[in-house]
Amino acid sequence: MRARTLILAACVLLLLAVPPLAMLFKQPYYIDLLRRVMIFGIAAASLNLILGYGGLVSFGHAAYLGVGGYAVGILAFYGIHNGWLQWALAIFASALVALVIGAISVRTRGIYFIMITLAFTQMLYYLGNSVEEYGGDDGMRIKVKSQFSGLIDLGDPVAYYYLVLALLVGALYLVHRLVNSRFGMVLRAAKSNEARSRAIGFSPYSYQLAAFVIAGAMCGLAGALLANHTAYITPAFMDWTRSGEIMFMVILGGMGSMPGPALGAFALLLVEDLLAGWTQHWQVILGPLLVLCVLFFRRGLAGLLPGGGKDG
Amino acid sequence: MTTVLVFEQLLNGLQFGVMLFLMAAGLTLVFGIMNLVNLAHGSLYMVGAYLTVAAVQWTGSYPLGVLLGLLGTLVVGMLVEVIALRTLYERDHLDQVLATFGLILFFNELIAILWGRAALYTTLPTYLQGHIEIIPGSIYPVYRALVIGVGLVVGAVLWYVVAKTRLGMLIRAGASNRTMVAALGVNIRLLYTVVFGFGAALAGLAGLMAGPIYAVQPGMGELILIQVFVVIVIGGIGSIRGALVGALIVGIVDTLGRAFLKPLLGHFISPPAAEAAGPALASMLIYLLMALVLAVRPAGLFPAKSG
Amino acid sequence: MADAILEVRELRKAFGALAATDGISLEVREGETHAIIGPNGAGKTTLISQLAGNLRPDSGSIRFAGEDVTPLSAPARAHKGFARSFQITSIYRDFTALDNVALAVQAHAGHSFRFWRAAREERSLRDPARRVLEEVGLGARADVLAANLAHGEQRQLEVAMALATRPRLLLLDEPVAGMGLEESQRMVQFLSGLKGRQTIILVEHDMDAVFTLADRISVLVYGRIIATGAPEEVRANAEVRRAYLGEES
Repeated sequence: MRARTLILAACVLLLLAVPPLAMLFKQPYYIDLLRRVMIFGIAAASLNLILGYGGLVSFGHAAYLGVGGYAVGILAFYGIHNGWLQWALAIFASALVALVIGAISVRTRGIYFIMITLAFTQMLYYLGNSVEEYGGDDGMRIKVKSQFSGLIDLGDPVAYYYLVLALLVGALYLVHRLVNSRFGMVLRAAKSNEARSRAIGFSPYSYQLAAFVIAGAMCGLAGALLANHTAYITPAFMDWTRSGEIMFMVILGGMGSMPGPALGAFALLLVEDLLAGWTQHWQVILGPLLVLCVLFFRRGLAGLLPGGGKDG
Repeated sequence: MTTVLVFEQLLNGLQFGVMLFLMAAGLTLVFGIMNLVNLAHGSLYMVGAYLTVAAVQWTGSYPLGVLLGLLGTLVVGMLVEVIALRTLYERDHLDQVLATFGLILFFNELIAILWGRAALYTTLPTYLQGHIEIIPGSIYPVYRALVIGVGLVVGAVLWYVVAKTRLGMLIRAGASNRTMVAALGVNIRLLYTVVFGFGAALAGLAGLMAGPIYAVQPGMGELILIQVFVVIVIGGIGSIRGALVGALIVGIVDTLGRAFLKPLLGHFISPPAAEAAGPALASMLIYLLMALVLAVRPAGLFPAKSG
Repeated sequence: MADAILEVRELRKAFGALAATDGISLEVREGETHAIIGPNGAGKTTLISQLAGNLRPDSGSIRFAGEDVTPLSAPARAHKGFARSFQITSIYRDFTALDNVALAVQAHAGHSFRFWRAAREERSLRDPARRVLEEVGLGARADVLAANLAHGEQRQLEVAMALATRPRLLLLDEPVAGMGLEESQRMVQFLSGLKGRQTIILVEHDMDAVFTLADRISVLVYGRIIATGAPEEVRANAEVRRAYLGEES
């Protein structure tokens, strides 16, 4: 296990070193790129909680990116630029939406759950599209970023980068503690063997719902971060293909492993970036790559680390 | 809001419902029999639309183009099954979702490479362009009426095949006990390929009929696919009857909602508010309906026995 | 005579035209080991599933310690003191043996809405779990992944998990199924150590185990109980012999 911790620590150090290195080599693009990757890492970490550890195949997770992003965007639209307020609303609203969707969906199983979560996300997407006030399907620009009373200027790319890095590490650590706590054990037990869990006296529903809400809230924060990163918010944040992408990050990185989501986000988005550099039709290559990954590389990247893929 | 207008929208709802049914039937058959979640079902819908457009242009004849488009989709479907999907039967649903998601990306981009991203519009032959009088005083587009007719006929044929023929019996038996059917000497692999091809043909039919009414563009499959999911959840997975009932309900509710919700709301709240809330609510209507059905019947209205 | 702790009245369960449970009435006394035997397809597992709360009976009632538990779900019954082992091994394969049992302990240690402290560091969960593992003889295998345990050890783990919940009623569905001679003898010996301290309903095919452990035996044939009594009575019962051996008395 020690080798594993060292490798992960080295990764964090590498990430810390990116901004000064990027400035040194006059490639500020990488600060933006990696910041975006890390934001998705947070989204993937939240999905990893319910999917990787909980076994809930939620195909609608991008909905919370949208809810969080629109929380920031809508408040900004009305001239409220207080970051504390915006981000608190992003988290709270996402938690609330997750609670409603989860209360209905978590009762169902298997393919129903997949279809229902997808359907609800699509519903929110259409909602975003049809509300002309907030830009409809064009979305809206966020001209003023979230203000944090002088503590940090999100307009400074390097400062924002380090904030996101800190939040990513925090998110991964939080999920790590959650899945090893009593709460997390029930979640993982229900995934491993539901009948057995009920037989010993667990009623998984409330735990799964709670996990769903926590995951939604965390992804809502990622949404607020993303909105500030891109400086605009559109319904495309909630596009169902985005949900699929986040899912792939979790699988690619290694389901049910702590560093998995970050590894997956890096791998997928960097590959996308690379392919997009070759051809505008990069999805025709990515699609089959993903299929191959599912068929032959199921354990994911974390499985390549010493100590194996599963953790906790 | 005259009766004629309502009737017309009801027919439109029926037409949309019929297309949803074709898609839902294919999807639920494949899921019920092979236990396969196929997100790329929407891609087959798209392939059907595009191949038909191309075939019509190439041959200059609409009926011939339709036939070629259908056959082409059938072939594409079976190829996809043999090449990519066979390994997925034994995998869990998550793997199937992810793999078929990869296929969606592939197909959407392939279509974009071949035909570009702009929407294609098909022109119908003159004999399909007119209107007919369904009830006195109300005229309805011939083409849409034809779609309804075709859909109902296919539905009847489907019911007949599944309920009354030997193939249908094999299909139903295969759904409940694969190994048993295989032990009886039936070539399960062939059966699966045939069933999948059939499902693909249904999707292709829906796609080619959709062409003249809706835009033909990359990604069109996914828009309808999610609505098909709503149909299946409401109707119950694995059952053709559920697919039909669910499809008609969703088709009619969605169409009527989009047409009449805004003016209806305008009676109760101010016009500007109705202007904003109407379309938003209308687009959410079928999902709210789904949530309602789930609250009362968690397994849908007519679920087949679980796969 | 000890009181009946479990009273089953006219339990019925049909699957389509098949009456898997056809009006079963049964009384189990506190502290007794009550075996249920019968030919294959008699409906033994269906009965256990209804007792455990996994299956809803069509009609009839189940009373436990004077309380009607028929409407209660499996988790609810677990909290009333029911514990079950499954005929087909049902454990947490991705967790260690110790984790498995600790989870059973955790299920009865209040709610689990604790989000921060690592469950594996909670002595109040680990220590009792370790003790139970020692009791069933798996002490040395505590840190082995359940999937890597031998089949017999996995059956032992099933029983351990049932015991860890401090049950008042143990429902054991073929505990020695698939075990070799030595292993089953050890299991039988262990179970006989529980006699008197636990109320046990035991479904078994292994007649040695049954006759060693059972205080009373009920014979289930085609969803009906055709005989109940002490082992010798049942062994001598003509109808039972016919049902099992198909011979004239």
